[in-house]
Amino acid sequence: MLSRLVFVSANALKGSGPLGAGLVQASRSLHTSSQNLAPVPPLPEKGGKVRHGIFPEELFQLLYPKTGVTGPYMLGTGLLIYMLSKEIYVINHETFAALSIGSVIVYGVKKFGPSVAAFADKLNEEKVAKAQEVKDAALASLTQAVEQEKKEQWRAEGRTLLFDAKKNNVAMLLETNYRERLHMVTNEVKRRLDYQIALQDLHRRMEQEHMINWVEKSVIGSITPQQEKESIAKCISDLKVLAKSTKATV
Amino acid sequence: MADRPVPIVEKRLLDVKLGELVTWIGGRDATPNGIFAALRRGHDRYYNKYINVKKGGIGGIAMLLVGYVAISYLWEYDHIKHDRWRKYH
Repeated sequence: MLSRLVFVSANALKGSGPLGAGLVQASRSLHTSSQNLAPVPPLPEKGGKVRHGIFPEELFQLLYPKTGVTGPYMLGTGLLIYMLSKEIYVINHETFAALSIGSVIVYGVKKFGPSVAAFADKLNEEKVAKAQEVKDAALASLTQAVEQEKKEQWRAEGRTLLFDAKKNNVAMLLETNYRERLHMVTNEVKRRLDYQIALQDLHRRMEQEHMINWVEKSVIGSITPQQEKESIAKCISDLKVLAKSTKATV
Repeated sequence: MADRPVPIVEKRLLDVKLGELVTWIGGRDATPNGIFAALRRGHDRYYNKYINVKKGGIGGIAMLLVGYVAISYLWEYDHIKHDRWRKYH
């Protein structure tokens, strides 16, 4: 559990300083296997097993087939007794110091181990959560960017339709303009032709009237006063005859 | 699982047969670079097994400390010899 704190601080060390960078790079360059794992594999959950805090489990497994479960303990006891009896390990003042310090350490680890472990775990969790947040945010923004890009592409596709519509508009404008001008031209031509017609009509009418007036004038001029008297007398006699004929019928 | 035959020098120590031991020792890289590389390998093995894990235990550092204590006792043995209780064992 202390190793967890070491791990946390080692990580902090790794990230900072040239020594840390050197350590990381050196370990990277030793990947001599052909598999280079690009997404870094996650850390193993638990470390190698250790019994009583100082003896690796491999020792017990090594001796198990030949001596069973108590083998390593017997080995330990035997070694201890041998070293004490031959005074390879000498009991002096340092022994008592070691015993006291050892007992305090063991007591401390047993009592405060789990809580310190939980604390270190919490620290790690927070770090991982922060990194995960950053990763998630980056992913979300990137997917959004991809979607927008796709939408822009779709929009760009629609631009051909827009072009066609505009082309149609322009064609229609041109057409309308052409037709307007055509109308204007026909109107103007018609007006001029109408004017010519009216002019000719006027000419003819004036000639007619002039001729009629001249004929009338010449006829009236040619009627002498004597002819006038004779025609009036004839008219009166005709009227008398008529009056007689009508009186007879009534 | 017969892979291609590996040269003796590159085998790990536990895979070397007894007769090949001398060749193995002779062929190991003893230049300073080689020694550093060997130390680096050993450090990486220990580190990745006991310390670089999600839920490490006390064993990781405790073993290092016990090793330190043992080596320092060994180096001081000539001095500690004089504290012996008995002259003849």
